[in-house]
Amino acid sequence: MWPFIKKEFFHIFRDIRSMVILFGMPVAQVLLFGFAITTDIKDVDIAILDNSKDNVTMELSNKLVSSGYFILNENLKSNDEIEEAFQKGKIKEVVIFENDFAKKLKKEGRADVQLILDASEPNTANMISAYTTGIISTYSMEYIKRNQNIPVAIITETKMLYNPELKSVYMFVPGVITIILMLVSAMMTSISITREKEVGTMEAILVSPLKPIQIILGKVAPYILLSFINLIVILLLAKFVFAMPLNGSLVLLLAESILFISMALALGILISAISKSQQQAMLLSMFALLLPTILLSGFIFPIENMPVILQLISHIMPSKWFIIILKNIMLKGVGMEYFWKETLILLVMTIFFIVMSVKKFKLRLE
Amino acid sequence: MSVRVEINKLVKNFEKVEALKEISLKVEEGELFGLIGPDGSGKTTLFRLITNLLVQNNGTIKVGDYDSRKDFKEIRKITGYMPGRFSLYHDLSVEENLNFYAHIFNTTLKENYHLIKDVYSQIEPFKKRKAGDLSGGMKQKLALSCALIHKPELLILDEPTTGVDAVSRKEFWELLKKMQKTGITIMVSTPYMDEASLCDRVALMQNGNLLALETPENIVNQYSGDLWQLSTSNMIKIIVDLEGVGNGIKNIFRFGEKVHITSSGIEFEELNKTIIDFLEPKGHENIIIEKVEPQIEDCFLDLMDEN
Repeated sequence: MWPFIKKEFFHIFRDIRSMVILFGMPVAQVLLFGFAITTDIKDVDIAILDNSKDNVTMELSNKLVSSGYFILNENLKSNDEIEEAFQKGKIKEVVIFENDFAKKLKKEGRADVQLILDASEPNTANMISAYTTGIISTYSMEYIKRNQNIPVAIITETKMLYNPELKSVYMFVPGVITIILMLVSAMMTSISITREKEVGTMEAILVSPLKPIQIILGKVAPYILLSFINLIVILLLAKFVFAMPLNGSLVLLLAESILFISMALALGILISAISKSQQQAMLLSMFALLLPTILLSGFIFPIENMPVILQLISHIMPSKWFIIILKNIMLKGVGMEYFWKETLILLVMTIFFIVMSVKKFKLRLE
Repeated sequence: MSVRVEINKLVKNFEKVEALKEISLKVEEGELFGLIGPDGSGKTTLFRLITNLLVQNNGTIKVGDYDSRKDFKEIRKITGYMPGRFSLYHDLSVEENLNFYAHIFNTTLKENYHLIKDVYSQIEPFKKRKAGDLSGGMKQKLALSCALIHKPELLILDEPTTGVDAVSRKEFWELLKKMQKTGITIMVSTPYMDEASLCDRVALMQNGNLLALETPENIVNQYSGDLWQLSTSNMIKIIVDLEGVGNGIKNIFRFGEKVHITSSGIEFEELNKTIIDFLEPKGHENIIIEKVEPQIEDCFLDLMDEN
């Protein structure tokens, strides 16, 4: 078996393009997602309409502005100015405090803050509102502590578990791991197998006494190792460049990853069985694997917001389950008892695809 | 050690094409058997059926006592197959290619070095070179070494000389002759008709049919009709100028630098006059026509024309 695997490594290491895809891309993707396509907010222009102008609203305004997320662009005097302020296009949010804010808070135990957002960029608007709400609720906690009296509410508390600062890096690292493992495992193997078909060497291998399983193992073994190295590179980048925590067990994480890698490799073999050329294999991997992984796995777009039909489709995306597992391990730091169902689903899918790919792999040309 | 190959009423259809139409032939033990025919005549399909890379729609193939459908694994063990396009890994060196093929056939280069010594010794000085950087002739020798490394009893070579220079082609056939002496059965296909005379027996194929199955001598002996060789001062546009030359002339085709003309029922004087009268107004001088003995290519072209 070893000479077969060694040969496969020669192919990879002697081809600059494979090397770039294998090792350049994971790093590039992590850095790109981390720095360029960040969904974190910073220095957003806001306006404040303070109808009360008491000590509480002043304090709250200061909290907002000094948070680093917001810049106070303008102090509004009346409701009539809100529309105009938005139309100028610079501010994204107006924060409105009601009349007698401090008084109401003290007497009735509640006071209202209204947030008006420029929703022409819905994602940003969501993000800004979440940040503002976060700051206000932190303040109300402080207020209660300070006064040691009956609880007050400024606004319904929004609790954000696991990612209190809504840092997007925490969301994308599991996604990027999934994409990279899918890409390296499925796409690279399917391409490397179809390349042998295209060049004609497959014919010579097929007539050898090798069994299908030996041919398959020889082809995929290097990619298991390389995917694994990639996984570790991404984890290191996540930890040291983005300070992302790994709250759960590393061993469990690696074990689950091996499961996912096996699934992706089996998919790669399946793709190579049905495509005749390298290009076909690449396109199939791209459209049948990569795009659904990105779009339907909950990596970028939340599955809960999708139409029912897409939600159903997302159930058959192995990547969806893998991302859930990754988030559980990395962010929540919980153990197997919390995601054995997802693991089981992934395991069943893996076995299914492996059986399919060994069956589909023929010792003939037809 | 060698085996015989028996092919009986073999039929293979692809979606729209009938690739092989009831082919039957026998290859004897230790024979150097040639399959000659143009591209698309079914040579590669026949080889792929023998190695069971494809499965026939009908008919049987026997290699020794093994049936190609049932015992294809056994057949593959005793068969050395060199596919068209050589099937080498271009990014691996000569030595690495050879070691790889030795490995997948459960042997080593060391163990079977003596088997391929004649071939491999010619490329051994370049063993560190990548296969992709080799010349056509060297690639061919490497591919042959790879096919021989596991001591096959039947050697199947699919167009081994295509895309290889004339000198290398000659060398290659000498190698095959040498190998044949070790007792191996060799089936080789080629689109070059001149190579047919180097085989013990040849099968001429066209559009999935077997046109002839004979020794090269017999094929030449069976040639009927007369063959003439023509040369003039302007050989470049001669074929165009000969169009519509008239009665008794069956076929006109280029043969090296000359033109060959086949005819039947027409004497030399008449033919000579017809052609000179026809060509002189078109600016041809030094028109020379002579009768020649047919070579195997002439026979093939004639056979293919009849079909």
